[in-house]
Amino acid sequence: MKNFFKIFSFIILFSGLTLSTLAAEKVEYLKTDWSFKGLFGKFDRAALQRGYQVYTEVCSSCHSMKYLSYRNLAEKGGPEFSIEQAKAIAASFEVKDGPNSDGDMFTRPGRLSDKFVMPYDNVQAAQAANGGAYPPDMSVLVKARGGGVDYIYSLLQGYEDPPVGVTLDDGVYYNKYMYGNKIKMANQLSDGLVEYSDGTTASVEQMSKDVTTFLMWSAEPHLESRHQMGFKAILYLIILTILVYFSMKRIWSRIETEV
Amino acid sequence: MSDHEYTPKSKFGKWFNDRLPLLTLANHLTDYPTPKNLNYWWTFGGILTFCLITQIVTGLVLAMHYIAHADMAFDSVEHIMRDVNYGWLIRYIHANGASMFFLAVYIHIFRSLFYGSYKAPREIIWIIGIIIYLLMMAAAFLGYVLPWGQMSFWGATVITNLFSAIPLVGEGIVTWLWGGYSVDNPTLTRFFTLHYLIPFLILGLVVLHIWALHVPGNNNPVGIDIKKPSKDTVPFHPYIVIKDGFALLMFMIVFAFFVFYTPNILGHADNYIEANPLVTPAHIVPEWYLLPFYAILRSVPDKLLGVVAMLSAILILAALPWLDTSKIRSAVFRPLYRQFYWILVADVLILGYVGAMPAEGLYLLVARVATAYYFLHFLVILPVLGWKEKTLPIPLSITEPILGGSPNLASAKNKESLNK
Repeated sequence: MKNFFKIFSFIILFSGLTLSTLAAEKVEYLKTDWSFKGLFGKFDRAALQRGYQVYTEVCSSCHSMKYLSYRNLAEKGGPEFSIEQAKAIAASFEVKDGPNSDGDMFTRPGRLSDKFVMPYDNVQAAQAANGGAYPPDMSVLVKARGGGVDYIYSLLQGYEDPPVGVTLDDGVYYNKYMYGNKIKMANQLSDGLVEYSDGTTASVEQMSKDVTTFLMWSAEPHLESRHQMGFKAILYLIILTILVYFSMKRIWSRIETEV
Repeated sequence: MSDHEYTPKSKFGKWFNDRLPLLTLANHLTDYPTPKNLNYWWTFGGILTFCLITQIVTGLVLAMHYIAHADMAFDSVEHIMRDVNYGWLIRYIHANGASMFFLAVYIHIFRSLFYGSYKAPREIIWIIGIIIYLLMMAAAFLGYVLPWGQMSFWGATVITNLFSAIPLVGEGIVTWLWGGYSVDNPTLTRFFTLHYLIPFLILGLVVLHIWALHVPGNNNPVGIDIKKPSKDTVPFHPYIVIKDGFALLMFMIVFAFFVFYTPNILGHADNYIEANPLVTPAHIVPEWYLLPFYAILRSVPDKLLGVVAMLSAILILAALPWLDTSKIRSAVFRPLYRQFYWILVADVLILGYVGAMPAEGLYLLVARVATAYYFLHFLVILPVLGWKEKTLPIPLSITEPILGGSPNLASAKNKESLNK
């Protein structure tokens, strides 16, 4: 048994070391309390709804979210808009459809089954409109960046004047959290930029947090059920392990060897 | 293979068994005499079987939803993550399962190194094991390409380009591997096919691995030959089954923690960016389990020699039964080897660490020293140690040290001081 604990602690230690090496980040990001972290982490429903508002009113003019559908907005574990609200949201967008029986493309109001409407028809159009830079699709953005949510949250608040000696080209901005500090997206958030329907004060910090929460959900729409199932699965495994441990002791007691 | 002849009790059983001796096989597997002093390091064989089955089953389901096409692969993975029922669970088990598989295989290999399980008469088991390990690396690499993220694409580019180091035919081979002049759709489809094939090759080799094991029987922590069956052995069922089961459950707890709470920590963030042949990531790094070999590859300035060094680092293991000249198997009775063993473990961990770092400055120097030591260990230290080392006296049977107290090293030592 002693030997066993040695092995087990070795595995834990090893995993820990791997994690810390991989998670090692040089930049200190801004910290905030994320409701979705931890064993029972869940999304803050109101923050998701506000985050969606920030996305639609600010980000969506350049950034697509091609893996999201309007139906997702009403699904469990997400912003959980009511079906009616989600339908209304979908209907507020014009969706290109077709061809119809005459062979023509046409536009119609969006439905729940439609994907989020993209701001540009293609990558080239997006680049042409943004000085050559392609605003990345935001569906899985938080998983595609080393610092994850902390990075995005910090980046949105990381704009400042360039230090002396740093010259920026036209259309390039200084951000202390960006890799290489140069970013082609201008500062988008300013206090009071959006008017939250739930009356929350729209400070830059608040909007950053809300929209980052929304992005976390869009990258991991099943995060809540994952946490819930994980707790149950691990609890089940622990109980079973204890039972098997005592069975093992019982069986091995038939011979004099210690197990 | 069993020492006693087995006859099924029922008439049908006897009839069937005479034609296909499946019942004899089942009886052999349950009765299989196993040394009773096996410690928990020996449970990783069973754990690895579990890992393989898990990968095959989850992989099968993923293959039903995945689309092996350069334009659709990334989307189809997101489809699995979002819209397939419990697709996220299946994919996270499969992705983290690969890491768990390697964690277990490294423990399994280093257990063998410590207790000398590769020595006569178990060389064939060991060599089959090395082939399995090579195939595992191939399968893991191919699988990592399938999501068609940035790291997939550029990892595939870097690794396949290694073949271009081969003189004269190198470039041709790379083009042939790619199915074109760059990593593209033909590369993806063939990688998918091979990724699907290899696990079944591994499964077949695992059967051979176990078959070869059942001829001489398990090695054990004391490393001596034992009579089978005897007072030194227990039947595989229920003793080893329950013990392996217990260890497997503990392993599954760690596994589950990764899957449910940090499913992406072992992957690279860049792989959530769709493959883009026009943008090279800042650092191209392989998965953690390949890092030591990546470090060896990069520590040699010449491309061809780097590839040779990397391959040799793995293939040298196959020669281990002959490089280690010591007659004594278990490191328990080899005081000097024991110390070199731990230095080797540290060396490999260091290689893994520098493999993740940029190949420059101090990191590169450390990588070179560690690479040199790695080969020194196998090519010089091990052969010399076998001739020079003064080993401790080994007990005559497992029961002997056990009856003196615990089956540990301490009691074996006591025994030896008593004999003096």
